[in-house]
Amino acid sequence: MIDIIQQYWKAFLWSDGYHLSGLAVTMWLLSLSIVFGFCAAIPLSIARVSKSRWLSFPVWLYSYVFRGTPLYIQLLFFYAGVYSLNVVKETEILNHFFREGYYCTILAFGLNTCAYTIEIFSGAIKATPYGEIEAGRAYGMNKFTLYRRVIIPSALRRALPAYSNEVILMLHSTTVAFTATVPDILKVARDANAATYDSFNAFGLAAIIYLCITFILVGLFRKAESKWLAHLRPMKA
Amino acid sequence: MRKLITAVSLALMATSFGAYAKDWKEVRFGVDASYAPFEAKAPDGKLVGFDIDLGTEICKRLNAKCVWVENDFDGMIPALKAKKFDGVLSSMSITEARMKEIAFSAKLFNTPTRMVAKKGSGLMPTAASLKGKRVGVEQGTIQESYAKAHWAPGGVEVVPYQNQSLVLADLASGRLDASLQDAVQADEGFLKKPEGKAFAFAGGDLVDEKILGTGAGIGLRKEDTDLKAAIDKAIAGMLKDGTYKKIEKKYFSFDVYGK
Repeated sequence: MIDIIQQYWKAFLWSDGYHLSGLAVTMWLLSLSIVFGFCAAIPLSIARVSKSRWLSFPVWLYSYVFRGTPLYIQLLFFYAGVYSLNVVKETEILNHFFREGYYCTILAFGLNTCAYTIEIFSGAIKATPYGEIEAGRAYGMNKFTLYRRVIIPSALRRALPAYSNEVILMLHSTTVAFTATVPDILKVARDANAATYDSFNAFGLAAIIYLCITFILVGLFRKAESKWLAHLRPMKA
Repeated sequence: MRKLITAVSLALMATSFGAYAKDWKEVRFGVDASYAPFEAKAPDGKLVGFDIDLGTEICKRLNAKCVWVENDFDGMIPALKAKKFDGVLSSMSITEARMKEIAFSAKLFNTPTRMVAKKGSGLMPTAASLKGKRVGVEQGTIQESYAKAHWAPGGVEVVPYQNQSLVLADLASGRLDASLQDAVQADEGFLKKPEGKAFAFAGGDLVDEKILGTGAGIGLRKEDTDLKAAIDKAIAGMLKDGTYKKIEKKYFSFDVYGK
């Protein structure tokens, strides 16, 4: 264990000497895909619960496809599949984008987590107590203001516990990134394993790092819940 | 009932002692049959290849029975130590890192490491020629170590991949400018196939004994010195009486024993 830590601690945490690697890459992947997924999921989840078929159906289809296929296949599709098309290679901007393993990975991860987040948020929107909406209407709010000031803030708060699960699952999903040559924590663990044949410690160390990240994430979400979900806490006797 | 248990446990003990008896009536070789033409599976499920023939010949000279145990390559050394088999005969390169864990027989062959690039690209396997270019290698291979030691400091972007087929796929798709691997593997698995027809070897064999090793041998447990001595003797015998050349001709048109 000590040998692997001495030799690989830098690679496990942030750099293999030439590039970012390990924890730094994993956190980049996680935060970028979560930010991308979260931002896109808010308007899309409103579309998802819309009464208009033209709005809700495409979003439903997108989320169905991305929740119905393994992330690994989505990554291979964007990394290997899309780049093998001539159209992509001949279009300057697409060629530039899909050539980079990082971009493909973040695209796949972002679209994947967005699909799950849409379902979480739209479920929370649907479960908005009717009284809250009625109260907003009684104030004369139009639809936009109603969403902005009542429905979305209320739904996002109630979605927090389910959303924290999604973020942690996304962290675990980042382990497929090396398929697209992105050197995340697991890649460094594989390096250590290949060089030392000490599989127990190489992968054990990676597991400990993931556990630490999860521990911090859970702590952050607990803080967030105690702040934003305070109104739903059982009353103290 | 108790008698039965005693009988069974005695029988188990007998077989386990039998398996580790030091007279080597039976030699078990671990093999990962996914590396033609060294070790592969024929359509009927039989193991075939250069290594398999060499192993069979060695067993014959040892007057022992050859038993082949299939095992993934990355788990070979732990499995050897756990006595799941007595030798690793699966194109395993003799390297310093491995020497710390296990012993090796004398060299069986030494296939060269070469770079592959697009025909007419003019790239050479040197840091100066590859500066700013992307070179793919398989993670955990001696070629990765070579590229990282010799090329990465000179500004070459060395990209490790999970396995060799991903490297070659990205070389074919144009994401990589070159790839570095075992020459035989590149030749059989890529250059001879239609998708590799626009590509060719660039430059000659790379030499760095410290990193690229001195060839492939049979991985053995350090404590089995008697088996190592017997196998080394068999290999020397094969080389001397021409049996090695005869087997080699079956698979290769060039010299794989190397320098």
